[in-house]
Amino acid sequence: MTSTSPAQPAEKHVAPQADHGDPARSLVARIAEARAWLFLAGLLICFEVWSRLAFGATFVLNPFNLQSIAIFAVAPLLLATGQTFVIISGGIDLSLGFIMGLAAVIAAHATNIAGAAIPLPLAMLAGILASVIVAGVPGVINGLLISRLKVPPFIGTLGMFGVARGAAFLLAGGTTVPVQNSWFALLGNGKFYGIPYLVLITAIFVIVMHYLLSQTRFGQHNYAIGANVQAARRAGIDIRGHILRLYVLSAMCAGLGGALYAARFTAGAAQAGEPLLLDSVAAVVIGGASLFGGSGTIFGTVAGALVIAVIQYGLVFVNVEPFWQFIAVGVVIIISVLIDQAQRRFSGARQDE
Amino acid sequence: MNSTNQNAPLLEVRNLSKHFGAVRALNDFSMAVRPGEVVALAGDNGAGKTTLIKAISGVFQPTGGEILLRGQPVTFATPQEAREKGIETIYQDLALADNLSIGANIFLGREPMRKAFGFLPVLDRKAMAEAAKATMGRLDFHVSRLEAPVSNFSGGQRQAVAIGRAVYWDAQILIMDEPTAALGVPEQRKVISLIHQLKAQGRGVIFISHNLQDIFAVSDRIVVLRRGVQAGERKISETNHDEVVKLMVGG
Repeated sequence: MTSTSPAQPAEKHVAPQADHGDPARSLVARIAEARAWLFLAGLLICFEVWSRLAFGATFVLNPFNLQSIAIFAVAPLLLATGQTFVIISGGIDLSLGFIMGLAAVIAAHATNIAGAAIPLPLAMLAGILASVIVAGVPGVINGLLISRLKVPPFIGTLGMFGVARGAAFLLAGGTTVPVQNSWFALLGNGKFYGIPYLVLITAIFVIVMHYLLSQTRFGQHNYAIGANVQAARRAGIDIRGHILRLYVLSAMCAGLGGALYAARFTAGAAQAGEPLLLDSVAAVVIGGASLFGGSGTIFGTVAGALVIAVIQYGLVFVNVEPFWQFIAVGVVIIISVLIDQAQRRFSGARQDE
Repeated sequence: MNSTNQNAPLLEVRNLSKHFGAVRALNDFSMAVRPGEVVALAGDNGAGKTTLIKAISGVFQPTGGEILLRGQPVTFATPQEAREKGIETIYQDLALADNLSIGANIFLGREPMRKAFGFLPVLDRKAMAEAAKATMGRLDFHVSRLEAPVSNFSGGQRQAVAIGRAVYWDAQILIMDEPTAALGVPEQRKVISLIHQLKAQGRGVIFISHNLQDIFAVSDRIVVLRRGVQAGERKISETNHDEVVKLMVGG
C-alpha cells in the first residue's frame, strides 16, 4: 500500500458528507440507552417516598434493604448475563432456568461426595467447578443443535429445557438435596465488610462478562452476528464455532447461578431456576437489548435485573399483595420496548432526510 | 509501476465453464482485467454474470478453464482464499454489520488488539477509528463521527464503507455487483466517483450493472454475456448504447 494522494476525481462532494451530529437526536438516543438506569432511579425514588409516607422510614438508605435487593438480583442476573450474549446474537436460551436447577443439584451432590474425601473448602470448590462444568453439557448440545443442525434457538433450547428439567429432578430424586458443608453455607450467607459474598462474586463475574462482550473479538463478533449473520460469515467469522461457544457460555453462567443458589440455601433443588428464566429475558430487554439481536450491553442488563429486584422486593416491603409484582414487571417491560420502538422510529425518520 | 506491468493483466479468466448438470451457466468464457482498468460486465438476467463472479470469487468451483492472477494460475476453495489473494467482492446487499462503526466493519473478523494495563488484551478501537478515517479519506469521504454505527449513514456512504474495507485490506481486484442499484442519483454519482478513485489507485474493477449510463460513465471496456457465453467485448470509447443493447439481447 504505497500509493498516496489519489488523483482528485472530476466530481467531488456530489453527495452531502456524512455527519449527523444532531444534539437533540443524540439526547433522545442517550435517554433510550440509559432507560433502565432511569427506571431504576425512578423506582427507588417512588419506594423512598412511599416508605416515608407510610412508615416514616427510609427505604433506600437502609443497608438491609440494599443487601436484600442485591441478593434477590444475583440469580436472575447470572442467568441474564448469559442471556444477554445469546439475545445480542439474535438467539434466545430457554433452557437456562433448568440448567441452573440441574447445576444446583450437581453442586449439592458433588460438594457432599467430595466432602467425604477432601477438606471442606476444597470440596466446596470441587462442587462449584463440577456444577459449572456439568452445566456446560446441555450448553454444548444446545450449541450443536443450533449451529450444526440449524434448529431454531427457540425450539432447540425449549427441548433442552425439558431434558435439563427431567435430568435435574432425577438426580435430585424428586426432592431437594441438602448440602453438608459449613464453608459452602458461609459462602452463601457470609459477608465481606457488609457485602454478601454472593453479591461480590456476581459483581466480579459481571465485570468479566462485560469485558468479554465489549472488549474482545468474541463480543464484537457476537454483535456482528446479531446484526447481519451473512456479513459476519463473509468477513470470515467462524459462525458455527461462535454459536457453540455462545450457548456453552450462557449455560455456564446458569451453572454458576445454580452453584450460588445451592450455597445460599445450602441445598440443591431442581426447580431452583424455574421462575427466573423469564425474569432473565425481561432483564435483558429492560436493559435495552433488542430481541431481534444486534444490541444490548451487560451493564444495561444489570440495571434491568436490579429494576426487577427492586420491584419485587419493594412491593413486599411496602406491603402490597405480591401478585402486583407480576403486573409491575410486565408494565415495565412493555414501557421499555415502547421507548425502544420510539427511539428507532425517531432515528429512522432522521436518517431518511 | 512501469509500462510492462501496466499492460500485464491483473486477472485473467481463460475458457472458464461452469455447468450445473445439463445447464451450461457459463461456457468457455474469457476476459482480462488490467491494473487501473474498469471492466463492465453486462448481460440480461440469467446471462451468467453472477455465475462468473461467483467462480472468480471462490464461491463456485469452475467446471473447466482457468483463472490467472498476475499470470499465475490460481484456484480458490473458498471466498476466504480469494480474498486473501486480493480479490474482494462487494455485494449488492453490502454485507455490513449495521450496528458497528465504520472501523469495526473494516476490521470485522480481523480486529486489532492492544494490551490494556500491560496485560489485558482489548480491542484497539482507536486504531480501528484511525484506520477508518485514513481509509475513508483516501476515498474522499470524510466523517467526523467515527464511533457512529453505519446504520446512521446513507446508502452511498455505506457503499463507500464496503469499498473502504476492500481498499484497506489492499484488494487488487474489486468485483462490484450492482453497486448503484439501490441508490438515489446523487449517491450513484458518488459511487461512480469512488470507482474512479479505485482506478486511479491502480486497482482492477469488475463492475456489474444494468444501468448503461453508469457503465458508460465509468468503464474502460465492456464485456457482454448472453446465455453463458461471451457475446462481445468493446472499448467504451468505440461503442454506444444501441450496440451494447443489441449484444445483450442478441439482435
